Amino acid sequence: MSGYPESLRESIKLVEKTRAERVEKAKRGEIFKPLTMEQRKEVLSKFHPDYMEGTKRVVNVGPDKGEMFPNELADLLEAHSRINPKDFDLNNYDLETDVLVIGGGGAGSSAAIMAAYQGARVILATKLRHGDANTVMAEGGIQAADQEVDSPYYHFLDTMGGGHFLNDRKIVASLTSDAPIIASWLEKLGMMFDKYPDGRMKVRHGGGTCRKRMHSCGDMTGSEIMRVLRDEVRNHPDKIEVIEFSPAVELLLDENGRCAGAILYNLETEEYIVVKAKAVIMATGGFGRLHFNGFPCTNHYGATADGIVMAYRAGIKLRFMDSVQYHPTGVVFPEQNVGLLITEKVRGLGATLLNKYGQEFVFPLEPRDVESACIIRECTERGNGVVTPTGRLGVWLDSPMIDMLEGEGTVKRELPAKYIQFIRHGIDISKEPMLIFPTIHYQNGGLWMDENARTQIEGLYSAGEVSGGVHGRNRLMGNSLLDILVFGRRAGLHAGEYVKNVKIGKLTLEHVVKYEQELEQAGIKTDRIAPMILPDYIREEVKAKEKTSRYFGTLR
Amino acid sequence: MKGILLTGDKPIIPEGTKMVPVYIMGKKYDVPETLTIQKALEYAGYQLIRGCGCRGGICGACATVYRIMGDHKLYFGLACQTVVKENMVLTQIPFYPYKRRIHDIDNLEPTAETMAKIYPEIMKCVGCNTCTRACPMEIKVMDYINAAIRGDIERCAKLSLDCILCGLCTSRCPAQITHYNVGMLARRLTGAKIFKSAEHLKARVQEIQSGKYEPFLRELIEASEEELKRRYVEEREWEPLDSKEKGWKPQDQRYL
Repeated sequence: MSGYPESLRESIKLVEKTRAERVEKAKRGEIFKPLTMEQRKEVLSKFHPDYMEGTKRVVNVGPDKGEMFPNELADLLEAHSRINPKDFDLNNYDLETDVLVIGGGGAGSSAAIMAAYQGARVILATKLRHGDANTVMAEGGIQAADQEVDSPYYHFLDTMGGGHFLNDRKIVASLTSDAPIIASWLEKLGMMFDKYPDGRMKVRHGGGTCRKRMHSCGDMTGSEIMRVLRDEVRNHPDKIEVIEFSPAVELLLDENGRCAGAILYNLETEEYIVVKAKAVIMATGGFGRLHFNGFPCTNHYGATADGIVMAYRAGIKLRFMDSVQYHPTGVVFPEQNVGLLITEKVRGLGATLLNKYGQEFVFPLEPRDVESACIIRECTERGNGVVTPTGRLGVWLDSPMIDMLEGEGTVKRELPAKYIQFIRHGIDISKEPMLIFPTIHYQNGGLWMDENARTQIEGLYSAGEVSGGVHGRNRLMGNSLLDILVFGRRAGLHAGEYVKNVKIGKLTLEHVVKYEQELEQAGIKTDRIAPMILPDYIREEVKAKEKTSRYFGTLR
Repeated sequence: MKGILLTGDKPIIPEGTKMVPVYIMGKKYDVPETLTIQKALEYAGYQLIRGCGCRGGICGACATVYRIMGDHKLYFGLACQTVVKENMVLTQIPFYPYKRRIHDIDNLEPTAETMAKIYPEIMKCVGCNTCTRACPMEIKVMDYINAAIRGDIERCAKLSLDCILCGLCTSRCPAQITHYNVGMLARRLTGAKIFKSAEHLKARVQEIQSGKYEPFLRELIEASEEELKRRYVEEREWEPLDSKEKGWKPQDQRYL
């Protein structure tokens, strides 16, 4: 029995009608014509949400005062601290360490391991569980130019093209030349890469790549990387202390302007914990849970831009922070899974995108922003979208082509996690297509850092999605799992070295005091507080009944 | 956005959707029958801290156990993936105590002896298969434990590949095994010791460390934007999908 209602099955029939011919075309190597650079530009400017009017506003405080940011992020930058600096006696800190890593995803974990390898004592503080991060949700793969027909040169070019040539080139050089080193490290740690019997890596194309360099572990590449890294962190309890359910809420500086720790917030006891550290690695991930323009997202529950807010208050500039990556293929049916990611690997394996008439309308492996804009155009201007029973719009991603192209059983073998996610709702994706629409996926920009993950504040490093510059205005598939590990590793190595000689002076929260003054001077009157820590999904009807007027203890 | 219905993470609940009673840790709430357990918890007014992670069925944070009121049978699922049912009595198990031994993967061999030394309790498996029945990922948990006992490490790894480490198996085991850590060890041993290492990768790492690509990358760092775009458009040959079968090689080999 199909999990699709009758209203959608009519359009599926049209998809089925054109399928055999599309498979034949693919076998002959014929592809839907990719857009020219000019056409890309045009569709982006008209249909990509980043370029639409009303989605951004100017921020009037902080190091990027006067710049435009997405509304939802601007609200967080123009918000009060969760704490009052006066309440803290920083001479009496609670914990002390060499390196404090904020964030327990792939970037934070690899940074912690590398700093520990350097002999540093590490505290890894994380908002939720260790490993709760967008890393686990990355499905398709990790890029590394390790084949004979490829080289870091082409990886560099592809990455720049994807980012519209705006990426920080020195950072891209680090990214692409470290990539094989990272793959080799993961192999040694025991990651189960998809391989041929002789040990050769199985590689595939991703959108915007000219060579096959996507390495994977089924469709749970990020999950596999994360569980291996977390497992390795647990092999070093003498060096790395993990503190879960304790997000950082402010950075600490010392009297000489160096980064010198952070204040953590224990989500369960509501205590604040002052951690003094010789170096801090910011690895808090991205901002998908801000739901820009009301879009759903593929992101983890904790993706609320906390690190951006903290570092911005401490004086770090942001770059490409107005650039949101919308992944072209998010689920729109069933309603329970709206927004969830369908990996680009599906298109890498040969599935094409189709409108409600079963017609192709876009080359399936355009860079993500272009692909997303084309889908939005098809659904809005051209009116060729499929309407779901709850009124959402989408187009088909024809996964059954994969078994026809690559042999029966390929879908189940290559996309096991996706297969099980849909079969729970009665949809067999090896036989029926998936209905998709763009979904918020990735924070393209972030904190300023250099090619060694150093920020403009001495002792503060930045690694992973929280950083900006690596991907320019658009990230390619397989470059984020790579990014977190390349710069997690570099941050860990450099911080591990740096802490050997640095002396930390008196701790201060003066930057928070000044930021509050700036808010006041800019005339910003608001109740908003940041970092957000967790998204608020409580219904208004429930909130209206939360009428406690006085608090006793910590009972809310 | 114009012409598109967008509601963030809020589920659309069509008018007339049936409300059903669910019992969250025994306490009754009426929720729309179309919601997942996770969204039903939020609908009821819970701010989730523990028991919520990726919200997409891959992180293992939201392991949930439930019964249907009046029935003896226990069910297991992920709160973010399981749609509520009428009279569901549920609790999340956001954490369950586990055993994990420190090890050094470099100095371990992929053998039955290694598994028995690090996790000797696997030998006490009574073969009840309760672990398998508790798995929300439909993994044959008991089979992979048996593979570990036999020393078939690769089979243990492959059978446990979809594991999200939610711990439901471990919460149910009469032999007190921490299954997912056994699978974790087997997978790392397989990746590091059973799979052949990639020779081409080793060679590429050596080339990088010898500085071979530095001048090529410097060219790109220093190129004008115009030149960079020209190379991007004109000098990138696209590797065909069937390149391996064809033994494809690019014509331009200057930068390999």
